Amino acid sequence: MSAATATRLESERPKGRPRPPQWTTGAVIWVVLLSAPLWLGFVGGYTALASHVVVMALVAMALNFLLGFTGVMSFGHAAYFGLGAYGTGLTLRYLSDSTWFAVLNGVLLGGIAGTLLGILICRRRGVYFAMVTIAFGQIFYYIAYRWDSFTGGYDGLRGFSRQPLGVGPWTIDIQGNGTLFYYFVLAVFAVSVGLMAFLLNSPFGRTLIAIRENQRRAQFLGIAVDKHIWLSFSISCFFASTAGALYALLNNFADPTSMYYTLSGEIVIMVVMGGMRNFWGPLVGAAIYVVLQDYISSMTVNWMSFIGLMFVMVVMFFPSGILGMLRRRATT
Amino acid sequence: MSMLETRNTTKAFGSLIAVNDVTLSVAPGELRAIIGPNGAGKTTFFNLITGFFPPTSGQIILDGQDITNRTATQRVKLGMGRTFQITEIFPELTVHENVRIAVEAASGYSLHMWTSRHDATRVRAGIDEILALTNLTTKADRLVGELSHGDQRAAEIAMALALKPRVLLLDEPTAGMGEQETYQVAGLIRRLHKNSNYTIVLIEHDMRVVFNLADRITVLTEGTMLADGTPAEIAANPAVQAAYLGTAE
Repeated sequence: MSAATATRLESERPKGRPRPPQWTTGAVIWVVLLSAPLWLGFVGGYTALASHVVVMALVAMALNFLLGFTGVMSFGHAAYFGLGAYGTGLTLRYLSDSTWFAVLNGVLLGGIAGTLLGILICRRRGVYFAMVTIAFGQIFYYIAYRWDSFTGGYDGLRGFSRQPLGVGPWTIDIQGNGTLFYYFVLAVFAVSVGLMAFLLNSPFGRTLIAIRENQRRAQFLGIAVDKHIWLSFSISCFFASTAGALYALLNNFADPTSMYYTLSGEIVIMVVMGGMRNFWGPLVGAAIYVVLQDYISSMTVNWMSFIGLMFVMVVMFFPSGILGMLRRRATT
Repeated sequence: MSMLETRNTTKAFGSLIAVNDVTLSVAPGELRAIIGPNGAGKTTFFNLITGFFPPTSGQIILDGQDITNRTATQRVKLGMGRTFQITEIFPELTVHENVRIAVEAASGYSLHMWTSRHDATRVRAGIDEILALTNLTTKADRLVGELSHGDQRAAEIAMALALKPRVLLLDEPTAGMGEQETYQVAGLIRRLHKNSNYTIVLIEHDMRVVFNLADRITVLTEGTMLADGTPAEIAANPAVQAAYLGTAE
């Protein structure tokens, strides 16, 4: 049904007129992200908030690799995000004081867990796929929640902090300097997002889009649909856990709610609100979500109802998301 | 030597026998039409040939090779191209992208995360050739979902052609189309048959299309093969007239 709706929306576009090139959106976004520490103070923001936005944008774009570009809905992505955070935190707490090594461990923990579970998940379709992803996600939540002595249990994992980064002969003080940390997060984000864009422009990426569009046709082109969904799930989990690793560094803290399915739901909301057919949509969704959460939650404990209201309005009036709507405006 | 053969192929769903002991043989380069009233088992028969599900008994042979136990995906790789009753395309992508995905899949590039310049050039040449063959060159940059029924069908056939199929199976290619579009699609099928020498099996309800295009016609009723012959033979066959043409017209 969603394909049919989208087709109808596309046909409202004047026929034969090309869509505005994707790079204009990308260029605007990069200028905003790179210059954020310069103007953030004037609009009442702060660099930790900007880092938070970039981290959530990365996990939302990771989910969108699966949801928007493969057409498969995961409701358990918080698990891999959380595994990335715990992998990083546990390494810093118990093993090593190298931030690089900690991030690597976080990424591998979440990515490999996703890859292995993906073997079981990728044969399911639709609601069953979503249910299985929730179920596996909750397993990790309960492990982190119950294993007090190792993970800190309900209180979360404390007692670690990000360490200055060694880059060749230099040391970058991401520990004390929030702006430097922001640029570190942004650099990891840039590499991750660049890889995703590269993959989506390859024959593999086009095949994923083909699966999203029409699984039956893909199958009758001789495409191994399950294998592609598995790989897409695995790649998506690796990027989700990369975001999780950065999240642990940002807060010097990892807690079990970062694996809970409500966070999975919030990530889905960011993706849908920003626009899931658009590469940059989830970033816009994440920015709006995180900033609103930050501002409104300082005024009322019922901040979630405002976000809920906004989500409903976006889905009703701009089904292609906020960025999708802006781009449509730019065409007509 | 036949290109496609079924031997005593039967499919039962519980107690319902949808396809009953059908044996037929399609020669290389032949255009075979399968006709029959609704519920005669034509699409089930197609699904057996393309591997949507396995037959209850009997064999399916493609170019001398027994493919009865092969999966749908394996059969595609062995040269079985198919279109569906309801057009199966990638609606939100352009014609060019649709064909490109098919050409890349056929070249075995579906899992490639990057393309060499050499591969990219070959793919581009493949796409251009197929677009020209199906008269879609001028519509290459249009979204397939925006095209007319006839052009959508042509795009679906173009994707099947990208697989360089040894047999092309078309399930009601003109279903739901007006005069003009039926004429356009029939013209495309004729070109593929006469000029490019494809072996084609098609299910069709439009009798003008069938009698104009087909080399041979197979008539199915209630899962059984009622008759098999040239269009002239079928038209003169009293059993066919009684069971099918008599009631349909």
